[in-house]
Amino acid sequence: MSAAGTDIAVTAKARQAVGGRERAIIATFVLLALAPIAAQAGPQGYIIDLITRMMIFAIAALSLDLILGYGAMVSFGHAAFIGLGAYAVGILASHGVTDFVVQLAAALAAAAVFAFVTGALSLRTKGVYFIMITLAFSQMLFFFGVSLSAYGGDDGLSLPERSRLFGLPLFSSDKGLFYATLACLIGCYLLCRAIVASRFGRVLRGARENPVRMTAIGFSPYRFQLVAYVISGMMAALAGALLANQTGFVSPAYMSWQRSGELLAMTIFGGVGTLVGPIIGAMAFLALEEWLAGLTEHWKMIFGPLLVCVVLFARGGIMGLAARIGGKRDG
Amino acid sequence: MAEALLSVDGLCKAYGALTVSDNVSFEVAPGELHALIGPNGAGKTTLIHQLSGLLRSDSGHVRLGGEDITRLPMAERVHRGLARSFQITSILPGFSALENVALAAQARSGSSFRFFANAAREDDLNAQAMESLRTVGLQGRASTPAGVLSHGEKRLLELAIALATAPKALLLDEPLAGTGKEESQSVTATLRQLKGRFAIVLIEHDMEAVFALADRVSVLVYGKIIATGTPEQIRNDPAVREAYLGEEGEAAHA
Ligand SMILES: Nc1ncnc2c1ncn2[C@@H]1O[C@H](COP(=O)(O)OP(=O)(O)OP(=O)(O)O)[C@@H](O)[C@H]1O
Ligand SMILES: [Mg+2]
Repeated sequence: MSAAGTDIAVTAKARQAVGGRERAIIATFVLLALAPIAAQAGPQGYIIDLITRMMIFAIAALSLDLILGYGAMVSFGHAAFIGLGAYAVGILASHGVTDFVVQLAAALAAAAVFAFVTGALSLRTKGVYFIMITLAFSQMLFFFGVSLSAYGGDDGLSLPERSRLFGLPLFSSDKGLFYATLACLIGCYLLCRAIVASRFGRVLRGARENPVRMTAIGFSPYRFQLVAYVISGMMAALAGALLANQTGFVSPAYMSWQRSGELLAMTIFGGVGTLVGPIIGAMAFLALEEWLAGLTEHWKMIFGPLLVCVVLFARGGIMGLAARIGGKRDG
Repeated sequence: MAEALLSVDGLCKAYGALTVSDNVSFEVAPGELHALIGPNGAGKTTLIHQLSGLLRSDSGHVRLGGEDITRLPMAERVHRGLARSFQITSILPGFSALENVALAAQARSGSSFRFFANAAREDDLNAQAMESLRTVGLQGRASTPAGVLSHGEKRLLELAIALATAPKALLLDEPLAGTGKEESQSVTATLRQLKGRFAIVLIEHDMEAVFALADRVSVLVYGKIIATGTPEQIRNDPAVREAYLGEEGEAAHA
């Protein structure tokens, strides 16, 4: 029967794509772990700093993929959570609280509350309205940051020192922060992967494909989407807490709508709904930005159209492109 | 007749000036297959939407096993044993046939706020799903993505999903819609097998199937039930013949 033939082809293709992703992510993590050693040959401080930043945004893009790729929630306000995480670290540090466990707990709690409240309202809307309302909430937080004159207002504030872990200055060396960030990235990836395949994730994925069907078998998609939104927001806040340490500085600019747009671009650039794609997408995005900025001061003139081309012509982003090339090669 | 399992009382629904359900009342006993027929646009699907909770009714009541479920949301009604299928196939195309059904089993087997264990490897859910697939004869297609099933298989999958919710009553909106001759035979055979095990409201245009399967038939025209009775009574009802069956000859060409 020809139908049976197509199934086997479809299933085989899907399995191949997953296998390819698995290899790509393991290779990525191994390369990242070795990067500081390889960097000794070049400007080590600069390279480690850049890659740490890339990994931080990879965590943020990964968190966005959880709701965008698996829940079809297009959040245009995800930078707000990065800001919350960064400000939790900045504000606490300015009051002498430098323990990362305390800072992170505050960051996660703030993000969870903000995600729960704004998500509960935003998720009552769909499509373009959801995009606009998440944008509106993040703008509110942005202007709240600007108005925080005690913490630098528009100018932001500098961290007196990097966070400590159980009193140890683990983050004070660039390498320490690098490996802590890598550990967070790997942890977040494994967590997302488990969530996506779990009962919870299956409901989330089902609701992405057909919410009416999910309701007709007895689920209320709203509750699952809201919980996913909270998890995603907390993960982005972790990225924010790391970012504050990496830059040593916190400002409302972290929460600007441009930042939210960039996060969306990184996620789409890498391949929505693949987890691996957005990690690679975020890193490629920042690497490309850095490289182009080194070439010419008008780099945005090249970067913008390039992103548009990838989104238009390489459907499924980098992961989609890789799957197609892999598919061709294997016949 | 035994105590009604599903009872519908004075249900109304209007879209602006257009009254689509006009004071609809009928009852379905446990194990009864109650067919609902009527010309295109009579309001059959709307009525199923109201019964299943997808649409709010303007007035009237729906009771399941004596409990008033009129104000309950759709998901809650499913938990109480009211399952439905859709006229326009509504499945999860990217999921395998088995997972489509396993999700329905998951919905009533413990909490779904579990974040770590792989759901696709839950043997209990898969076994329940397989059982439903076997009932409709799709066991051989379990691992096939639902989106690439043939149209007839998708119609059967709809039934398997509804069965996996462990329903007391089934609302089936044209399970034969769009099926070819062979496909319609396998769906009809499945319906025959379900008959007697559940209270069933069956909407169907295929009169042959309706008169072969139904215990009772209600005829809906312009949102009103104009007659309810055994297939024999309905076939011979002059008002029905005039309002509906008389047009069958023409409708069949449409
Ligand atoms: N959302 C809506 N807004 C306005 N009118 C609607 C809406 N949905 C359905 N209708 C109208 O309500 C009437 C009943 O539609 P319904 O789909 O319930 O009919 P039906 O009996 O299921 O028809 P069919 O046999 O073609 O499936 C039709 O006239 C239809 O145009
Ligand atoms: Mg209909």
